[in-house]
Amino acid sequence: MALPIYATPLERIWYYTFRVICALIFLFLIAPILIVIPLSFNAEPYFTFTEKMLALDPTGYSTRWYDLLLTFGMAQPDVVRDSSWWADAWANSAWINAAKNSVIIGFFSTLLATFLGTLAALGLSRPEMPFRRVIMAVLISPMIVPIIITATGLFFFYSATGLANSYIGIIMAHATLGIPFVIITVTATLVGFDQTLTQAAASLGANPTTTFFRITMPLILPGVISGALFAFVTSFDEVVVVLFVAAHDQQTIPRQMWNGIREQISPAILSVATILVIVSIALLTTVELLRRRSERMRGLTPG
Amino acid sequence: MSDASTVPDQTGPLKTADGKPLKSALAAAQAHRTRRAFYLVAPLLFFVLITFLLPIGQMLTMSVNNSSFYSWLDRDTGEKIPLMVELREWFDETPAGTEPDEAAYAALVSGLVHARDVKAAGQIGTRINYDVSRTRSLFTKTARKAPKMEPPYKEALLDADEDWANPRLWGAMRNASKAFTIDFYLSALDRTRDDQGNIVKIDEERAVYLLLFKRTLIMSALITFMTLLLGFPIAHLLAILPLRHSNLLMIFVLLPFWTSLLVRTTSWIVLLQSQGVVNDLWVSLGIISDEGRLQMIYNQTGTIIAMTHILLPFMVLPLYSVMRPIDPSYVRAARSLGATSWTAFRRIYLPQTIPGIGAGGLLVFILSVGYYITPALVGGSTGQLISNLIAFHMQNSLNWSLAAALASLLLFCVLLLYWLYDRLVGIDNLKLG
Amino acid sequence: MKKTLILTTALTGFAFAAGAEEITVMSWGGAYAKSQIEGYHKPFTEKTGVKVISVDADNPATPIKAQVEAGNVTVDVVDVEYPDAVRLCDEGLLEEIDPSILPPGADGTPAEEDFLDGAISDCLVTTIVFSTLYGYDSTKFEGEAPSTIADLFDMEKFPGKRGMRKAPKTTLEMALMADGVAPEDVYEVLETDEGVDRAFAKLDTIKDNVVWWEAGAQPPQLLADGEVVMTTAYNGRLFNAAVGEGQPFVMVYDGQVMDYDGYAIPKGAPNLERALEFLVFATETEQLAEQAKWISYGPARKSSAPFVGLYQDGKTEMGPHMPTSPENLEGALTTDYEFWVDYNTELSERFNAWLAQ
Repeated sequence: MALPIYATPLERIWYYTFRVICALIFLFLIAPILIVIPLSFNAEPYFTFTEKMLALDPTGYSTRWYDLLLTFGMAQPDVVRDSSWWADAWANSAWINAAKNSVIIGFFSTLLATFLGTLAALGLSRPEMPFRRVIMAVLISPMIVPIIITATGLFFFYSATGLANSYIGIIMAHATLGIPFVIITVTATLVGFDQTLTQAAASLGANPTTTFFRITMPLILPGVISGALFAFVTSFDEVVVVLFVAAHDQQTIPRQMWNGIREQISPAILSVATILVIVSIALLTTVELLRRRSERMRGLTPG
Repeated sequence: MSDASTVPDQTGPLKTADGKPLKSALAAAQAHRTRRAFYLVAPLLFFVLITFLLPIGQMLTMSVNNSSFYSWLDRDTGEKIPLMVELREWFDETPAGTEPDEAAYAALVSGLVHARDVKAAGQIGTRINYDVSRTRSLFTKTARKAPKMEPPYKEALLDADEDWANPRLWGAMRNASKAFTIDFYLSALDRTRDDQGNIVKIDEERAVYLLLFKRTLIMSALITFMTLLLGFPIAHLLAILPLRHSNLLMIFVLLPFWTSLLVRTTSWIVLLQSQGVVNDLWVSLGIISDEGRLQMIYNQTGTIIAMTHILLPFMVLPLYSVMRPIDPSYVRAARSLGATSWTAFRRIYLPQTIPGIGAGGLLVFILSVGYYITPALVGGSTGQLISNLIAFHMQNSLNWSLAAALASLLLFCVLLLYWLYDRLVGIDNLKLG
Repeated sequence: MKKTLILTTALTGFAFAAGAEEITVMSWGGAYAKSQIEGYHKPFTEKTGVKVISVDADNPATPIKAQVEAGNVTVDVVDVEYPDAVRLCDEGLLEEIDPSILPPGADGTPAEEDFLDGAISDCLVTTIVFSTLYGYDSTKFEGEAPSTIADLFDMEKFPGKRGMRKAPKTTLEMALMADGVAPEDVYEVLETDEGVDRAFAKLDTIKDNVVWWEAGAQPPQLLADGEVVMTTAYNGRLFNAAVGEGQPFVMVYDGQVMDYDGYAIPKGAPNLERALEFLVFATETEQLAEQAKWISYGPARKSSAPFVGLYQDGKTEMGPHMPTSPENLEGALTTDYEFWVDYNTELSERFNAWLAQ
């Protein structure tokens, strides 16, 4: 919206002030996330920009903290970096193990959440669904109920049922936490879904399975995928449930970070943070592309 | 379908080809479709029941669980052994407030002897210690001496320790003998029972939970207000810019949304600590002296700043989705009718954004009431919320019943807000980017 | 369903693949855990081939209690402070250890005499004597430097942030000693309501300037980052930062609070026999002495003393850095474990309320 020609001087001042205020708020939003990136290359164990860094002196920067991520927890970090060194890193490095756990748990919980969530969203968006509102409220509630309460409940329940300290237990818990996101995104896609398409398919002789896979699925796929990505991020970022019910060999990246932040907050944490920021940029880009594709397919977007 | 039945028909109800009345055939088809829809949801409902509803339900029962005084789990055999059987019988037979007689003392001694044999004296003492402090060792020490005690038991016990005559102690034991208790809820509300069993406030210097509940609500309200203050202008800007530009700026809102909570919390530690980026910047600009570095983290300020940042996207997104469709011609019309731009904003634009403010505000408030991670890491001692205390009792003091009682109260608050949200906004309208 | 079954099998397979023969030891993390890994874990693995997994906790006593009570124990050996061990033992959460399985000292003294007084309790075999004391960053004070426990609470003479442990134990004792209570009277005073009020009143004087720590690794970090100018800490952690990493930290032994700490076995430990084997191995004369080369905690066996020589850097004499060294004992307090077994719940409650207000 450009400034109208009839604007008073006061309004002109406000017009620019408003934009400056907005710019500052955007800075508030984004600066904390970007600041960790240069700091993670700090050659010194500090959290501020050293003079060398400010002078853009290459010796002020180093990748030592990224190296530390690899070597932390290794049996023999200081030997020559041949294949056995890498095997050691793969088997013993605390952060690599955490990454493995995060990926395993994230992958399976996403699979579970997406499968169950999509199925339920299909049911929920049918007009004849009974108790729709109540059921929806129940299924969304894991997102609303404070995580500490969920984790407390799971601790007792899992201890009693033997699910504590198992991958299955954490995967199930994370799937539950991811389900609301899948339901929200998939039902949002289904809101704009043209039911006449499935009717047309049926009238042309397709059975319900064919209709689902050939008509419905391609149309809701973008919603399903972005729901899945949300579910994955939820699991990938979750620490409280892991704190409460995971055994020591199921430590995930956030759990390892939690330790790091509380005990020895070194720029190594910042290098993990940088990697995670890059992951989130990649995920965000994917979701945005999907959203646009979905809107184009359904002819919703003007721009 | 109801249309079908109201069609005027002279020849009786309509029939399908196989002779069934159309009305019931349609009803059957409808029921079939209803079932089909339900079957799609059923697996997830079952899953959520197991992984979410049951665990929380079980935790709620723990908040009234009172068994640690009269039941002991033998960890070698997995057997449940009843404790203090005779004393519980005595309590059952006598009304509350009865002066303990020799029979009561005898029952207590035999209970202590048994508890010592199965190594349960510590558990019993811990339970009573919740209600009457400094009694834990009373139980463990006396239990050690109990096997050698001889009648009259009252004298023997009072010889061992005079505290055994304390009426509050007896009141607490009587309470602890009941199958269920609301005592943990009393504790969670800074209440306790006096000698007569009346509910009274606890000493001011030990009261903490109500304060924390109050602080949680106040800080959540403040954070909600801050997100509104910061979220409103940018949501407005995003809404009035052409889509091409606003989609680009939207990244500034969505990237934080997608970035790990721990990353964002770490960033704030890096920015705000006294040797951190912000303090360094201010010192180098000469705004503050090197000695006068501001303490912006490990206190309430840190919690509020970090949580405002983390929850801001939850305010901006609903606001944006309400503001986008607002037709700018209303404001223009108001202006052309002589309203100043402020009046036009206040009387025309603002009222139309109320649904967005409501949706965003409630969502941010609900989420911040239960926050745990961020206050735990940056809150120091004054920036802790009620969730942190629940975690403390879960993991440090191990008073699980109290943790469950606190959690139930918090859950109740959140569900109330959730219900309100559903009423006012509708959960279907929850949007994520 | 079939899918889940395959998934279960796959995952359990994954979990068991690593589990040849191993035991899990839970300890306090950081420099202390490192000293145990070097002093006990590695030699034990060399001798028996059993892998020792080291797990950290802020205070291992609390997760252990949670694990045993909830009935899912994953830890075989746990490193706990003496009062916690007594409490857990009372509640039947630890295995009882028969002292006769402990071998005599290297000089032939029977174990019961070789260990320090009371160091072997029903469920705990003490490994170290450690202390909680305070240290400061010497670059922050020109001229007079802090030297007594009272200086920790003196904001006028020594301005700047303090680091303190977020728990009543040791914090309250230090407050009273700083307020002029003699070490031998501390627990007597703390047993009375007035005494507790007095301790909190003393803490009130510095409350606004305190950064609270929970894990033992935090205080040296707080000092190194310049977040605080002085902090309470476990003596070994400060020693390692000062001597091992060359940080300009100075320790003040006045008003130090000493305590025993050692190994116990949680009830229901998954590898009980191996756990006992480890416990016996680790508490032998040589191993206790070996650990002391990595951190300045006094070994619990008298017979270990002659074997403790230099720090692992090969030049620092360990003796003067031990909390039990005679010149450090002046103004020192030994924890009264019975007091804390009894009062911990109540004082923690009061401490939390005080913190939140």
